[in-house]
Amino acid sequence: MVESIVVKNVSKVFETKSGDVQALKNINLGIQDKEFVSILGTSGCGKSTLLRIIGGLETASEGEVICHDAIVDGPRVDRGMVFQQYSLFPWMSVQKNIEFGLKQKKVEKSKREKIAKEYIKLVGLKGFEDLFPKNLSGGMKQRVALARGLANDPEVLLLDEPFGALDMQTREVMQELLLGIWQESPKTILMVTHDVEEAILLSNRVIIMSSHPGEIKEILDIDLGNKRTFETRLTEKFLEYKRIASEVIRVETSKIL
Amino acid sequence: MVNCLKQLSLEKDKPKKKKKTLLVNIMAPQRKIPKKVSIFLGIFSFVIILGLWSFITYGKIVGSMFVPTPGETFKAMHTMFANGFWSDIGITVYRVMSGFIIALIVAIPLGILVGAYSPFAALLEPVFSFVRYMPASAFIPLFIFWIGIGESEKIAVIILGSLPQLVLMIANNIRDVETSLIEVSYTLGTNTFDVLWKIILPKSLPNIMDTIRIVLGWAWTYVIVAEIVGASSGIGFSILQAQRTFQIDSIFVGILTLGIIGLIVDTGLTIINKKVFSWNF
Repeated sequence: MVESIVVKNVSKVFETKSGDVQALKNINLGIQDKEFVSILGTSGCGKSTLLRIIGGLETASEGEVICHDAIVDGPRVDRGMVFQQYSLFPWMSVQKNIEFGLKQKKVEKSKREKIAKEYIKLVGLKGFEDLFPKNLSGGMKQRVALARGLANDPEVLLLDEPFGALDMQTREVMQELLLGIWQESPKTILMVTHDVEEAILLSNRVIIMSSHPGEIKEILDIDLGNKRTFETRLTEKFLEYKRIASEVIRVETSKIL
Repeated sequence: MVNCLKQLSLEKDKPKKKKKTLLVNIMAPQRKIPKKVSIFLGIFSFVIILGLWSFITYGKIVGSMFVPTPGETFKAMHTMFANGFWSDIGITVYRVMSGFIIALIVAIPLGILVGAYSPFAALLEPVFSFVRYMPASAFIPLFIFWIGIGESEKIAVIILGSLPQLVLMIANNIRDVETSLIEVSYTLGTNTFDVLWKIILPKSLPNIMDTIRIVLGWAWTYVIVAEIVGASSGIGFSILQAQRTFQIDSIFVGILTLGIIGLIVDTGLTIINKKVFSWNF
């Protein structure tokens, strides 16, 4: 198995006015090619910091991240990111937003339009190509952000609580959408979430973090097969995973309260 | 029978809809009002002012020595425009625009540098903040001493007055661009140079346009002061001239002209901004 991302002994200390805060302590992690991994933890456990270090948006105090044999030293196109707050370019139409990365790669116009069209169709935004972000709902905005990240075809897609700002119904629809996309054409995806069900439903592996300092507490291999649907949530196996994960999280949360 | 009863009871319990008054409906913080109402209220405020003005002048509450009647002012306007007031307006507009455009040409790149790059901010921000607090009008005697009372002196006053404001406000517009937009663009293949042209500038452009609109208003103040202190033409000069000859109505015309020009320019720029940057509004 090829390892797409390797996190080696990563620690992160934030220097604040009231002293140093250890956000991450000695994180070791390997993510395989075409694997879907979730990092699960309560807020403040440093999971987003870890994702940002992998994305190159934050530097580790100690240790290093290797992405396909290259040491990460900043954000690059090989690691696409999707944020909770969508971060669409408001002066660009849906179509132009999705084309942006391809344009940066100097893909010719007709080709990038074709690719963008495909992803617009994939995320179910056909007919909305020419709208500006301000005219879209939260769920639609996140579809655009997802399509923009996917269209650029990065080696790894990093999702930072991608559905955290959406209401429960929209979130479930988006989870199904992402599940469908990943099962159709697997990509390496690393997702940060605090939603236990979301992590289990979508992932091959769920990494549960503890807080203060952020450490890997538990790694769950999720053996639910490759033909998951929304119904998978109701299976015995799923509920067992949920029980285990929730228990770990509950213990961790009660420690810091 | 049961059905009938149910219906009856429904009828009985029908809640009375409380009718809120129009005022309560409109007076909620940040609630939008219909465009027609907004235009009506805008015009209404002018009507009120005109009404009060008419009341105190025609009603002889204050003498026309101090406040001319709207009629007298209108007549004075007629004579002034017949006697070349147009050219005074022209020269003032020319001064404002030359000074302001020069200030813009310098301030836009500087503001972008200060807003985007910390070394430029560290270098220039303290100086501009310092200059910003020195009123441009205080420099007029010095500028007259240095460059005389020609056009360059007035233009210099306008540049000095608007340049620091523009630089600092544009720098803030640039800083207001969300970090997440910049970060996501890096993961989509922009470099530190691209990000300025492709992300920061397009995102901040509507706000920069708004800054320009606001500072242009201030530039008008500086030109009038400069014209009152030392000039032989322009709206400010006409106002001073009218004061010397006790033509209060002409002073009124001068001041009102400034207001009308301001209103037209401001509204025009606002409309253009909304049209050009429709994605933002």
